[in-house]
Amino acid sequence: MVVKDLAPDDAIVRFSSVRVDLMVIADMVAPRSRVLDVGSGDGALLDLLATTRGCDARGIELSREGVNAGVARGLSVVQGDADVDLAHYPDDAFDYVILSQTLQATRRPRWVMEQMLRIGRRAIVSFPNFGHWRSRFDLLIYGRMPITDNMPYSWYDTPNIHFCTIRDFVALVEVLDARMEKAVALDSSGHPVRFNMPWWVWNLLGEQAVFLLSRND
Amino acid sequence: MENLAEPTAPTTETEDAIARREADQPHSPVVRFGPDRPLRLDAGVALDHVQIAYQTYGEPNAARTNAVLVCHALTGDQHAANANPVTGKPGWWETLVGPGKPIDTERFYVICANVLGGCMGTTGPASLNPATGQPYGLDLPVVTIRDMVNAQAMLLDHLGIERLFCVAGGSMGGMQVLQWAASYPERVFAALPIATAARHSAQNIAFHEVGRQAVMADPEWAGGHYLKQGHTPHRGLAVARMAAHITYMSDQALHRKFGRRLQNRALPTFGFDADFQVESYLRHQGESFVQRFDPNSYLYVTRAMDYFDLAADYDGVLANAFRGSKTRFCVASFTSDWLFPTEDSRAIVHALNASGASVSFTEIDSDKGHDAFLLHEPELFAIAHGFLDSAAKAAGLPAARGR
Repeated sequence: MVVKDLAPDDAIVRFSSVRVDLMVIADMVAPRSRVLDVGSGDGALLDLLATTRGCDARGIELSREGVNAGVARGLSVVQGDADVDLAHYPDDAFDYVILSQTLQATRRPRWVMEQMLRIGRRAIVSFPNFGHWRSRFDLLIYGRMPITDNMPYSWYDTPNIHFCTIRDFVALVEVLDARMEKAVALDSSGHPVRFNMPWWVWNLLGEQAVFLLSRND
Repeated sequence: MENLAEPTAPTTETEDAIARREADQPHSPVVRFGPDRPLRLDAGVALDHVQIAYQTYGEPNAARTNAVLVCHALTGDQHAANANPVTGKPGWWETLVGPGKPIDTERFYVICANVLGGCMGTTGPASLNPATGQPYGLDLPVVTIRDMVNAQAMLLDHLGIERLFCVAGGSMGGMQVLQWAASYPERVFAALPIATAARHSAQNIAFHEVGRQAVMADPEWAGGHYLKQGHTPHRGLAVARMAAHITYMSDQALHRKFGRRLQNRALPTFGFDADFQVESYLRHQGESFVQRFDPNSYLYVTRAMDYFDLAADYDGVLANAFRGSKTRFCVASFTSDWLFPTEDSRAIVHALNASGASVSFTEIDSDKGHDAFLLHEPELFAIAHGFLDSAAKAAGLPAARGR
């Protein structure tokens, strides 16, 4: 388990408004690679990758507004649903397939992960950690589903239907027989937890996690 | 080679008389290719003395790299952004083409040609057959979408346009866009196929067959020789247009426009007059269409759409049509379009993804049905503008003047 030290670079200045977790993801992507961002939103991450790393950056986005925003940035964004449309991409079409803050909203997280590892040589996944101490606290003390900055919805109108903890995700990675190349836990401000600590500590202190996975070929 | 017809005052002439003249002496620039430049058709024969009528808007830049080819749909023509010489109505794509519009004529050199098989000045069944001095009628070989595109390529060669910045079109125009990208990938920098399909569906072939049968069942059709006999199968063509027009609209749009409202009467007449507004509307659509469109041309152009199956030319694999393509695509469909449903556009997108081509896709929320691509659809304008603007930057074209 290696936590890569994230040195700020020029991109942080130019894309200062980009979320920190996206910067962490971008740092995992090799320059000039082919990237598919699943759930690309307004295209901020793709734009960052295309502009600062010379990547061939493509996106899938559910919302029309997001697609329009991405196309206006000069990106190639397809309106589509990760739960369905990943099946139509050929094997090894990309160097990286990225799923940022979306895994918990998919209907079939395992299938989506399998597809990502089929389409891309590597997969980068970030998700909110349901095992964070504050979530546990809400359940333990108040007996209520947690509502936090990362998970702002009430249980009855949340798009997030498949929450997991960092340890749950690690278990899925084992089921998928994928290799974990990097893992980063982010604290409440979105900055990496900069200590090499055992899983149970990360699972308690990380509000989000970012994993870089590859196939065990 | 070129010949610009003298503008005439259409005050006393009927529309169909103007339309008949447009077939040979169009009200727009026209290029006539001699017998030394035959067009080899998919039907296996060579067509010579091909003539192509077209319109242009805006100016080519010095390097001639800012050309946009606009492809028209089944009953469209080259008059995309100028008043139609037959009907006097605005151009069919003035929503999208013009100064400051997404296809900005201040920035791009826009070309639109009447399709092969059409009736507005490009060689079609109403054109005079130079071999006989009579209209071709059914002697014209059946043409395909690829033939149309090859004819457009001849026009571009004539205009000195080596490479198009973009090819854009909806419906059958979108089919031509896809064919362009497949046949001439090195000549197409960007492609904007809207509300279209890579193959015509069985349902759509069926609708077309109803239309053709209506034309051919009209005794005035006379086996296709009506022009020689001085009459036209107006009734059959009007019925064809009425049936087709229903397919261009959504149930919702028809309901919003007409509902069950009666036409200028309080009660039904208990007869077969046009009691309902929707009937009156369709009759009007049929009657105005026959004034401007040649019935045989309707047979030829619908046939070209029916035969369109791009994958069939590439071992049945659509992705192979775009293999290695450097063209950037932007595909758009409309939620209520049941003639060219979103599934058809998705099939194109999946093929482009599989071939590794650069593609964007959006399904635009509209209740206006297939016709939405011709209408005021701000979301279409937004995505077309964003796509063309970013592609123009990538192609090194300067920003539009004053923008």
